[in-house]
Amino acid sequence: MTEVTATTPISTDPSRRARLAEFWYYFSENRGAVIGLIFFLFLVLLAICAPLIAPHDPTIQYREAVLLPPFWQEGGRAAFLLGTDAVGRDMLSRLIYGTRFSLFVGVIVTTLSLVGGILIGVIAGYFRGWVDTVIMRIMDIILAFPSLLLALVLVAVLGPGLTNAMIAIALVFQPHFVRLTRAAVMTEKTRDYVVAAKVAGAGHLRLMFKTILPNCMAPLIVQATLSFSSAILDAAALGFLGMGAQPPTPEWGTMLAEAREFILRAWWVVTLPGLAILATVLAINLMGDGLRDALDPKLKRS
Amino acid sequence: MFRFLLGRLAVLIPTFIGVSIIAFSFIRLLPGDPVALLSGERVMSPERHAEISHQLGFDRPIVVQYLDYLWGVLQGDFGLSIVTKRPVIDQFLELFPATVELSLCAIIFAVVVGIPAGVIAAIKRGSIFDQIIMGTALVGFSMPIFWWGLLLIIVVSGILQWTPVSGRISLMFFFPSVTGFMLIDSLLSGQEGAFQSAFSHLVLPTIVLGTIPLAVIARQTRSAMLEVLSEDYVRTARAKGLSTFRVVGIHALRNAMIPVVTTIGLQIGVMLAGAILTETIFSWPGIGKWMVDSVFRRDYAVIQGGLLIIAGVIMLVNLAVDLLYGLINPRIRH
Repeated sequence: MTEVTATTPISTDPSRRARLAEFWYYFSENRGAVIGLIFFLFLVLLAICAPLIAPHDPTIQYREAVLLPPFWQEGGRAAFLLGTDAVGRDMLSRLIYGTRFSLFVGVIVTTLSLVGGILIGVIAGYFRGWVDTVIMRIMDIILAFPSLLLALVLVAVLGPGLTNAMIAIALVFQPHFVRLTRAAVMTEKTRDYVVAAKVAGAGHLRLMFKTILPNCMAPLIVQATLSFSSAILDAAALGFLGMGAQPPTPEWGTMLAEAREFILRAWWVVTLPGLAILATVLAINLMGDGLRDALDPKLKRS
Repeated sequence: MFRFLLGRLAVLIPTFIGVSIIAFSFIRLLPGDPVALLSGERVMSPERHAEISHQLGFDRPIVVQYLDYLWGVLQGDFGLSIVTKRPVIDQFLELFPATVELSLCAIIFAVVVGIPAGVIAAIKRGSIFDQIIMGTALVGFSMPIFWWGLLLIIVVSGILQWTPVSGRISLMFFFPSVTGFMLIDSLLSGQEGAFQSAFSHLVLPTIVLGTIPLAVIARQTRSAMLEVLSEDYVRTARAKGLSTFRVVGIHALRNAMIPVVTTIGLQIGVMLAGAILTETIFSWPGIGKWMVDSVFRRDYAVIQGGLLIIAGVIMLVNLAVDLLYGLINPRIRH
């Protein structure tokens, strides 16, 4: 406990430190969430230090070592711990570099959809009236399409690639943040403290972003972790369909797409990238459950 | 109830118009010349271009073009496929039953396994059962289903050789499509082994498509159940000395089901997104695979029409779920 409060920036506001301590108390009670957090930090480290850790360059093709099994199987070599793929690239190095792409996708998509969603949602919930109606109808239109299908078609329009995939996924995720923000702003708006700030002469911008918004963050943070993991899944799915990151990028979904024809011959080229996706998404979802328990008092007992 | 329906429609109609505008402008947003894209002809003389442009109506004002398009859509005209030159709606109707069959099986699988799993986890809260069930559910919820499908193919089709790898039925069988549902058609055909073949083709895609809904339903059932189990009337029922089975099965489950029904309804959109991946992996001839293939063939007329039809279907299903929910739970009508 003391370590945590020590590492957080020293705040003059005692209630803030108390809140953080309380948050950590509930979060750390959830064993799964702590395991998820540790694994996630490990992945971040892996992504940052990829060039130092990876034994080979992820795009170098070793022509004499095509489709080698992992080292513990017959025919495996210690130089390629997890074997090689169909053109002789080291699986372990590609998996390590893949961490970079997945985490990057998660960060960018979540930031884009969170910031955009908050802006639009606050405006809709604060001003109501026709602004609200127009915004919510547009969100309904986006939500009327299956998210992956819309993302797929958007990428087809914009051109295949990781950047366009991220833009498409962020656009598809945005309505969830808009709805959550709008609902939270609408309930907070009539509270006494907001009315008081208004009477004290606070302008629209100050009311929206300084008075109301900080009190709406809890559900948004939970949704952000959820969309972080969904973004990784969807980007991998687009990569798998050939519309995300393009070969030879060591993105996990793209690696799976390249490995499809070898499923009955070389289990490791198919199993390992998928396992990496699953482990990453699972760790983030575990953290998300912990965050929800710690931030949402209504759900604390379940 | 009638006013509730009207209110729903008042939201639905503008949304549908918006969806149609997106589908309409889609072809015009694409890089390249829409006339060349829609006619599928790569090189053409200016005269030919003007002729096709006139044929397709591209020389008219954009608003007139849109209204014309919308009028066609309302009469069921979604254009012709560039590749096959057949009406998009015909192709859709031909492939849709395969997706419906797969989705229905997947949702049944998810409900039949998910609800009991959630109930057991809630009753045995904190026990090893609860931990195993909820752990498994979280893994299922985090599953990249395209990989899960490949994994099942490796183990079940490859190593164990229990099920075929792709398609809806073995090529040995041929019979007329009566309902479009292979399970029913194969029974009606009376051919020996046809039903077994159709069934074994369906098993893996059902599991793959049902995995995420199953996990969501199990988690939702558990938390709804926990909520209800702490209510006063459940305590009263227990105090009366009723057996756990009666308390849970009759008193608690019925009320816990209300949020679960909504969750099931919400899974339908998720299903159609999942069908894109599942159908691609198993070469299942449904609308998900159709859309992916059309994206790769650059069949923009199909993408445009398909987007609109699929969005329309989802909106109608959501309306049906809303109405059903309004019937079960009168409180939300107001």
